[in-house]
Amino acid sequence: MSELIPVLLALIILIGGVIVAAVLTWFERRLLGVWQDRYGPNRLGPLGIGQVLADMIKLLFKDDWVPPFADKVVFIFAPTAIVVAMMMGFAVVPFAPGMMIIDVNIGLLFFLGMTSLAVYSVLLGGLASNNKYALLGGLRSAAQMVSYEVFMGLSLMGVVMMSGSFSLVAIVEAQTDLWFCFSQILGLIVFVIAGIAESHRLPFDLPEAEHELTAGFHTEYGGMKFAMFMLGEYLGLMLISCMIVTLFFGGWHGPALIGHWLPPLFWFGFKVFFVICFFVLLRAAIPRPRYDQLMSLGWKVMLPITLINLVITGAVLLWMEGAG
Amino acid sequence: MDGGSGIMLSELRTMWEVLKHTFTKAETVQYPEEMPYLSPRYRGRIVLTRDPDGEERCVACNLCAAVCPVDCIALQKETRADGTWYPEFFRINFSRCIMCGMCEEACPTYAIQLTPDFEMCEYDRQNMVYEKENLLINGVGKYPDYNFYRVSGMQTATKDKGEAKNEAAPIDPKSLLP
Repeated sequence: MSELIPVLLALIILIGGVIVAAVLTWFERRLLGVWQDRYGPNRLGPLGIGQVLADMIKLLFKDDWVPPFADKVVFIFAPTAIVVAMMMGFAVVPFAPGMMIIDVNIGLLFFLGMTSLAVYSVLLGGLASNNKYALLGGLRSAAQMVSYEVFMGLSLMGVVMMSGSFSLVAIVEAQTDLWFCFSQILGLIVFVIAGIAESHRLPFDLPEAEHELTAGFHTEYGGMKFAMFMLGEYLGLMLISCMIVTLFFGGWHGPALIGHWLPPLFWFGFKVFFVICFFVLLRAAIPRPRYDQLMSLGWKVMLPITLINLVITGAVLLWMEGAG
Repeated sequence: MDGGSGIMLSELRTMWEVLKHTFTKAETVQYPEEMPYLSPRYRGRIVLTRDPDGEERCVACNLCAAVCPVDCIALQKETRADGTWYPEFFRINFSRCIMCGMCEEACPTYAIQLTPDFEMCEYDRQNMVYEKENLLINGVGKYPDYNFYRVSGMQTATKDKGEAKNEAAPIDPKSLLP
């Protein structure tokens, strides 16, 4: 029986992930509407949630077209890579005590590896399209993701130092008394910014940058292949939000006093919901930086902050060890 | 990154300003259920009005057709038995019309007027061409008392020279001879 739980959970995450990602497309548009003083899709079904279904039907019935000048095999493979990689990333997310597919002692590294694999999707999609805009988008995404991965990984080393483990369950359990968002505030800031860049969401969606690159790496994509890219993007958003909650906001732990009133799964979902809302707020508020600004922000600001965070965390830990 | 902290501060302030819009009302007017306010001077569907006596105001002077920047007005002059003019046909192609209102400005008899109505969609493009019977309304429009033939000096069957409103009696120039 206990072996069945991870399998069941995997099925739930596979199906639920796709459904939640689909609902997120609608939720994001409604929320953007709220912040831009308009309604967003509100005509179909209660609160306009039928829009999800309408979009799905539209995408399903579109012509599944491969451009004659594209590299066919890679062109078809590219959109699947991002979905697979992001879905795999969910394998190590601890939703609640005992509610996770697998608790590996290198869970954090596994997550970083999976988000890095997602780069291939954008890169290959851009390359296989054989189109200058797609190629430029792919180039940008390669440079952007490779650079931001550096301090995305480094920003988490403070968390690892404090909890003494790469296992996500151990990291969550280390936050029972105090969430890492207080002690690792610099790490949190860097991780959030790197997370946006990694899931190439606005304001760091330079690989797509519709005003200069038409649609960037997915210019040539349409129908379900385009939907796969979108699904991957929203899965990435969900995965990054889950990781932010797990690593910095105490995972399934509730707030100090009222934490025990509600089940751990609720607190996890609640916090993830807020982080997703924050990501949408970023999209609503902040304009896209120029490409060189993105790079200089990464290497000249984010990297030093990460290193300072590492040094301070290490020093404090050593000092406490000496004192205790 | 000169002034990096300033940029970061402005980003945070932007986010706060956007977040405050959570509590503001949407500007959207949900059109089919909720009608937008159209001012009386709104430039919408074009009508041909009648004078207070119920006669057509249009005198087929062709000024509206001449001034129309997209050439969507077509008409043909015809003369009545009493010498007054009227359009034999008057046709506006609303698929061309840009609702600029220049025909209304050009019209010397206040015949052609724009109304606050924009709901004139058609499934068939041919139906966008309005003939005179579609354009003519049973009203005076924006100028309730105006009747062109009562103020103009033109002689008609019902009124002689000098009988128009505010018109002096005609002068016999020969009587002025020394």
